[in-house]
Amino acid sequence: MLEIKNLHANINGKEILKGINLTVKPGEVHAIMGPNGSGKSTLSSVLAGNPAYVVTEGEVTFYGKNLLELSPEDRSREGVFLSFQYPVEIPGVSMVNFMRTAVNEHRKYKGLDPMSASDFLKLMREKKELVELDNKLANRSVNEGFSGGEKKRNEIFQMAMLEPRLSILDETDSGLDIDALRIVASGVNKLKSNDNASIVITHYQRLLDYIVPDFVHVLYKGRIVKSAGRELALELEEKGYDWIKKELGE
Amino acid sequence: MEIEQSYIDIYKEFHEELKSNSAEVMNQGRDAAFDQFVALGFPTQKLEAYRYTDVRSRFATDYGMNLRRVPCRLTPSELVKCNVPGINSHLFFVVNDSFLSDASLPLSRDMEELMEKGVLWGSLKEHAEKYPELVARYYGKAVGSEADGLTMFNTAFAQDGFFLYVPKNVVIEKPVQLINVMHANADMMANSRNLIVLEEGASAKFLVCAHTMDKLNFLCNRVTEVFVGKNASYEQYKLEQTNYMMNNFGALFVKQEAGSHVVINDSTLHNGFTRNSIRVDLDGEHAETLLCGMAIGDREEHIDNTTYINHNVPNCHSRELYKYVVDDSSVGVFAGRVLVKEGAQKTEAYQSCKNICMTKEAHVYSKPQLEIYADDVKCSHGATTGQMDETALFYMRARGISEKEAKMLLMLAFMDDVIEKISLEALRNKIRLLVEKRFRGELAKCSGCVICKE
Repeated sequence: MLEIKNLHANINGKEILKGINLTVKPGEVHAIMGPNGSGKSTLSSVLAGNPAYVVTEGEVTFYGKNLLELSPEDRSREGVFLSFQYPVEIPGVSMVNFMRTAVNEHRKYKGLDPMSASDFLKLMREKKELVELDNKLANRSVNEGFSGGEKKRNEIFQMAMLEPRLSILDETDSGLDIDALRIVASGVNKLKSNDNASIVITHYQRLLDYIVPDFVHVLYKGRIVKSAGRELALELEEKGYDWIKKELGE
Repeated sequence: MEIEQSYIDIYKEFHEELKSNSAEVMNQGRDAAFDQFVALGFPTQKLEAYRYTDVRSRFATDYGMNLRRVPCRLTPSELVKCNVPGINSHLFFVVNDSFLSDASLPLSRDMEELMEKGVLWGSLKEHAEKYPELVARYYGKAVGSEADGLTMFNTAFAQDGFFLYVPKNVVIEKPVQLINVMHANADMMANSRNLIVLEEGASAKFLVCAHTMDKLNFLCNRVTEVFVGKNASYEQYKLEQTNYMMNNFGALFVKQEAGSHVVINDSTLHNGFTRNSIRVDLDGEHAETLLCGMAIGDREEHIDNTTYINHNVPNCHSRELYKYVVDDSSVGVFAGRVLVKEGAQKTEAYQSCKNICMTKEAHVYSKPQLEIYADDVKCSHGATTGQMDETALFYMRARGISEKEAKMLLMLAFMDDVIEKISLEALRNKIRLLVEKRFRGELAKCSGCVICKE
């Protein structure tokens, strides 16, 4: 579904991604690990279409479509979902209004009529339970005053509402205690199917105990320097990233 | 003095006629005000209070003035369509500078009841003739002798306007709505004068709408004096939806006695060149006042809200909240001066002004000004001007919300705390809807206002 070839990207003139290659097929879970500053979050931002980043070289196709040509909103409507590392607080915009607008824009893109208010509220209730999101939170402004854990659960709730084909979870585990981590991970696992795929970006192996990856990639200095199965994550946990650096002759 | 000269000539030539078509009470201070206007002229940008708003050049157009009081051919029933839908109000009209009287319009039962309790409302000129002592007790007293050239010009030329008197402990539940309409077949100026008096313990809500019916150069110079008695409560909501040919100058003078409560909320949704100035005198202890406003500008629109709050006595409380969203090359101005006089201890005064500029060409000039001569007070001010929150915008787009829709939601959210401060639910909902339409570009001019032809 996703094909990344030789992707280069920079921010404010500084090159962060220096030739990424990655193929993701339906049903797969890919973990991307790597030390701080290796470009993990940049990759997720570029895939979601953050205008702050400039792609200088390479291509990304999603089900044959050139993803880089699409606006962020169209990428979302095509089924790409980014769970933000730092979900944004939007005072004054209620969760209900935000989600209803998003869901209906997705439906419009697919040529469907907007959802009725009662159907929408029913859907929200259903999906909220998946991540044990408090009713009160749904009535508040988007992420405003949410705790770190609530924000991350809210991301997965939105993912459940929008049913993406490809989810990119950008350090969804950061700032979560073990209970919140379990809730978030179980939400992600419940949404998993043979038709969708996930890219899980994380520092630590911890999350991968809950969301089991099919592939683990190590991102270092803007390139994927090592790819293997799940065992790579365990090896990294044990040996740290220095081991990779040594292998690269640094 | 070129711009002023033509008006000076008009006054000198027609002042007898002007006076004979107004009330004696209004004529008393007229010559003195005229002399002061001659001395001051129209405000120029050299005055600190007008630094960002060039009022004077706006008078250069050759406007017609209706000094002979040629009656308006419109009837209230034609205008009644302009009512803000869903607002059940006591409705009055001022067309250009004259109160529109219509004896054929039947009084509602609750209007009759209020009048039996002593409420007076209608033409200022007529009431000044009928109750000269009452009107003379207040007319010009809130303005005082230190007003600027614009207000003096109004005092010299105004012949009529709206009058509201609410006796002691009388509560008017429904809002009193005044619609100021400009209607003429040539460029026209209107100087109208409103006087509102709430006696001790009285309560009223006043809703003012500014409209224009024609695509002509109009200039309104309206002065409103409000006296809020001990423990009385007064709320005023002003909604401007005019067009780019409108010059709308409004000066509001409020005097508050002890324990009184005042809310002023101005929404400028569509306009040409607008200057709202508000002066509140907190004259009695434990009085509180809340001034809010929002302005949405695009194209060449210019919106100036200038406020003065004078804490003259201890233990009063004032708050200010103003928000602007300016697009294209429109200009917003906010100047808020808070004066805490010597001895006005335990004053609390908070001021906030937040603005969003959508383009590089749009500007907001925000000028907080606190002058504090007491040492036991809590005062603060905050002003921010910035662009739309890019991270929030991207967050929403990443969820499939189009850029346009995301901006709209953010702008609506930005304005919402001003809208929230409107206590009349029907008006609050209506304004929210109008603001949304305005941001969507669906509000050509007056939504729900049939008299506006485009």
